[in-house]
Amino acid sequence: MSYQASNFDVIVIGAGHAGCEAALAAARMGCKTLLLTLSLDTIAYMPCNPSIGGPAKGHVVRELDALGGEMGKNIDKTHIQMRMLNTGKGPAVYALRAQADKVLYQREMKKAIEEEPNLTLHQNMVEKLLMEDGSCKGVITRTGAEYHAKTVVLTTGTYLRGKIIIGDLQYESGPNNQQPSINLAHHLQELGFEMVRFKTGTPPRINSRTIDTSKMEIQPGDTEPRAFSFETKAYIMDQLPCWLTYTNEKTHQYIQDNLHRAPMYSGQIEGRGPRYCPSIEDKIVRFADKNRHQIFIEPEGRETLEMYVQGLSTSLPEDVQQDILRTIDGLEKAEMVRTGYAIEYDAIVPTQLWPSLETKLVPGLFTAGQINGTSGYEEAAAQGIMAGINAARKVQGKEPVVLNRSDAYIGVLIDDLVTKGTNEPYRLLTSRAEYRLLLRHDNADLRLTDKGYEIGLIKEDRYQRFVAKRNAIKTEIERLRKTKLTPNAEVQTKLAELGTPDINNVTELANLIKRPELTYQEIMKLSPAPVELSDEVMEQVEIQLKYEGYIQKSLLQVDKMKRMEEKRIPHWVDYTKISGLSSESREKLQQVMPVSLGQASRISGVNPADISILMIYIEQGGRTA
Amino acid sequence: MENDTIAAIATAMGESSIAIIRVSGQEALTLVDHIYQGKNKLIEATSHTVQYGHIVHPSTNEKVDEVLVTVMMAPRTFTRENVVEISCHGGLIAVEQTLELLLSTGVRLAEPGEFTKRAFLNGRIDLSQAEAVIDLIRAKTDKAAKVAIRQSEGKLSTHIRSLRSEIVETLAHLAVNVDYPEYDADVLTGQFVVERCKSMQTDLERLLQTARQGKILREGIATAIIGRPNVGKSSLMNALTQENKAIVTDIPGTTRDVIEEYVNVRGIPLKLLDTAGIRETEDIVEQIGVKRSEKALQSADLVLFMINHAESLQKEDLFLLEKIKAYPSLIIINKTDLPQQIDYEVVQAKSGNKKMIPLSVKTENGLDQLEEAIKDMFFAGNIDVNDQTYVSNARHIQLLEQAKASITEVISGVEQGIPLDMAEIDMKNAWQSLGEVIGEAVAEDLIDQIFSQFCLGK
Repeated sequence: MSYQASNFDVIVIGAGHAGCEAALAAARMGCKTLLLTLSLDTIAYMPCNPSIGGPAKGHVVRELDALGGEMGKNIDKTHIQMRMLNTGKGPAVYALRAQADKVLYQREMKKAIEEEPNLTLHQNMVEKLLMEDGSCKGVITRTGAEYHAKTVVLTTGTYLRGKIIIGDLQYESGPNNQQPSINLAHHLQELGFEMVRFKTGTPPRINSRTIDTSKMEIQPGDTEPRAFSFETKAYIMDQLPCWLTYTNEKTHQYIQDNLHRAPMYSGQIEGRGPRYCPSIEDKIVRFADKNRHQIFIEPEGRETLEMYVQGLSTSLPEDVQQDILRTIDGLEKAEMVRTGYAIEYDAIVPTQLWPSLETKLVPGLFTAGQINGTSGYEEAAAQGIMAGINAARKVQGKEPVVLNRSDAYIGVLIDDLVTKGTNEPYRLLTSRAEYRLLLRHDNADLRLTDKGYEIGLIKEDRYQRFVAKRNAIKTEIERLRKTKLTPNAEVQTKLAELGTPDINNVTELANLIKRPELTYQEIMKLSPAPVELSDEVMEQVEIQLKYEGYIQKSLLQVDKMKRMEEKRIPHWVDYTKISGLSSESREKLQQVMPVSLGQASRISGVNPADISILMIYIEQGGRTA
Repeated sequence: MENDTIAAIATAMGESSIAIIRVSGQEALTLVDHIYQGKNKLIEATSHTVQYGHIVHPSTNEKVDEVLVTVMMAPRTFTRENVVEISCHGGLIAVEQTLELLLSTGVRLAEPGEFTKRAFLNGRIDLSQAEAVIDLIRAKTDKAAKVAIRQSEGKLSTHIRSLRSEIVETLAHLAVNVDYPEYDADVLTGQFVVERCKSMQTDLERLLQTARQGKILREGIATAIIGRPNVGKSSLMNALTQENKAIVTDIPGTTRDVIEEYVNVRGIPLKLLDTAGIRETEDIVEQIGVKRSEKALQSADLVLFMINHAESLQKEDLFLLEKIKAYPSLIIINKTDLPQQIDYEVVQAKSGNKKMIPLSVKTENGLDQLEEAIKDMFFAGNIDVNDQTYVSNARHIQLLEQAKASITEVISGVEQGIPLDMAEIDMKNAWQSLGEVIGEAVAEDLIDQIFSQFCLGK
């Protein structure tokens, strides 16, 4: 029996990293929002590694924060250590990563959701979408509740027809033995969605009391205070270390001997796994000449002895897993507290989405996170906030917000998904971004806070603080451009003291800072700023001036692409009627339905001649055959 | 993409007395001014006037050609953009140099049909013409694609592929250092990158040199070797290709089909059309062969006509001498190792004073002079090469130049202490430019490379 439950503006299904951001964004934008989850105890759950951030991913967390998302603030409150990675390289690739206290992270996120005025949280399983005239108008739960809404955001993670595999053991399950979502998967298929089967996996966990860290290398956090969010003021300085050890010949031999028991090789796994996150058995087969692999031992939290064994993701049988662990230095006596497993799940083919993350097939339905073929908490959260924003804007009758590839990694992520699709769980990498130098983690706030403010997710006081920072950067850069050094004896002496060659002509400080051996701090010794500047401001001034030439080069590339991005493809375009197109292009264009010529040009198989033809066809209003 | 300034040769190349380079785009006047010297700067000229002056090399100030330049300001032009038309002296060299200088100022080589496309997009031509534009773009692209496939087996692309794979390995390594900072891969050093780039720079420079003199023509100069049966056509072809692909016997009429063979003669690519001997014959198989030869003659850019040194001039020789008068051709007098029977002066007179090259394919005596003669004819602009061929060549040169410039920037950047991940921007550009030469520029390659080269993951 079903019954009429309440009406909402936006319903979000699933309270993982995508669902939490989606629900919070929609509610904060003024929409009456319902968040449904299978279990209130798994809100913002991290079923795999206990860390957030790193290259590209850490950038995304900063971007989320600038748009008014929660992930950055939440991890700032709940980490056990933070490290800035890549500090030996250029500033474009610095990346912040935090090790999370998993339970604390969940608790804080749950609290943020519970405290949100416009947001209703409820534990329930959704079995069907309510459809009216082909559009999604709400959901029906297993308990028979019919919730009506104007838009629905689906974030099912790895729950859709989830199946856990350990050796020859297989059973239907969500991650970490949560209940899977079976009926909803079938329902999506009935609605006509094209689905794919993906696979991912997680390593075993061990008890820290049973390991010998004296045989491992310590991996401490940074001593400098770090944070993801612009809003964070309290830093956690009491940090826990991680540990590094390695597999060895014994480990590899043992795995080789037991390969016949690996479901990966006995054909029991049908889903496509990610290349960037191979299981240990896969690493040993594919890279047989490598005589050791790194294993990081990472705490799962402060109030537990459970440790995550990074590098040992596997679906080998339980007894093999236990034995493998014991071949590793420092883990000889390790007690396995959770068994590693592979999990298969359904995802939808993401080219079925508009760049707003609304499905083309069912208006009013948005999807985000692993259901769209991605992997990673950060990738999920990024899609979650965009889906939430656009679901809310649809309710409010506003145009969707779409980030460009030159705006944010989030733009790269979503554009890749909806334009190219993916044939393995998609992970962000800095090499996927063509404008990496512009998409730095240090300037995420400068890139996106205006947008977050316009959308309504950045509050006034924060925005004013941001504007003040931006102005301070601008003023100081102008000052350095205007301040000139004359090549006199006094100046040359000072330069010599700083270990840099003489100047021959009158030189702007803005140019002097381009010398690789000089930092902003040293420039300050030549001519101090008239007002005191924050570290963040000084960092920006230095980066923006030092790498100006390269930044300009990237901007030029963006500019070239921009004109293509701005050329919209009107709705009336009928690809079957454009005679000049190659048949492959026509098929791809029909499938992806790109919104701009820029997007069209990125579809593989669509060549520049096709774009020219399309442009001509649009220009003449589709009148020619 | 749509607002940049483009250029192309607007007239068919070859022996015509004048060749016109058309330049269109907002910056057309200022950019041409970089390489033009006249009484006034073009930017100061009145619209729709003709200026007299010289094309000069901007850095050496060397005069390249004496030219007339037509200046036409937007919007009353074919494309509705600013248009400059440079009338150069005909022949390959002046036009080629002028175009290359233009490209070095930042002008982009126009795509097939691009002027017309711009004319359309700017509202200059109407609907009925639009379809023609589509056909033009399609046809030219298809042709280029076909040629590219043929070329993909060629030396240039093999060379470029190996350069690219060297770059992509380095890029993947850099990417792994960035994306997986804790992974135990060696961290690339600046010194290593600089060394690699320097060797690439040398390779690119060598490629460019061949490209400049050899033109890396996409199709080659269609060259027909004709003559009576058994005069030594296939042997000559073999001597040129140094492979024994065509069948050579002493029986007249053995070579029945037109066989195409690509050879590089002093840097000039020839597409050799081996033809069956042209003569009136009763033999049906042979007749088909002769028809093909006549057809081959029609599509030839250059004719190598062979006669026998050891026989007197035959009726068929005279017939053919008459036929080749209209073509750029060389007369090859073969078999000089045998006693002379032929009258050189008669041949000279009957051919209308074509250049004669006595040689012996058998002893290889005189082959050098033949190759030299072909090269001279080409560089003197005496061989009519169609414009599409040339254009793809200029495109290659431009892309190779870009690649080299990018690699040079990697080196200077790293040497100045720029972080590697930033210099990588230039390296990626080089990789892309090279990809465009052979029609491969997909970024996915890099991601694939990363995961096949390194064992990553949690």
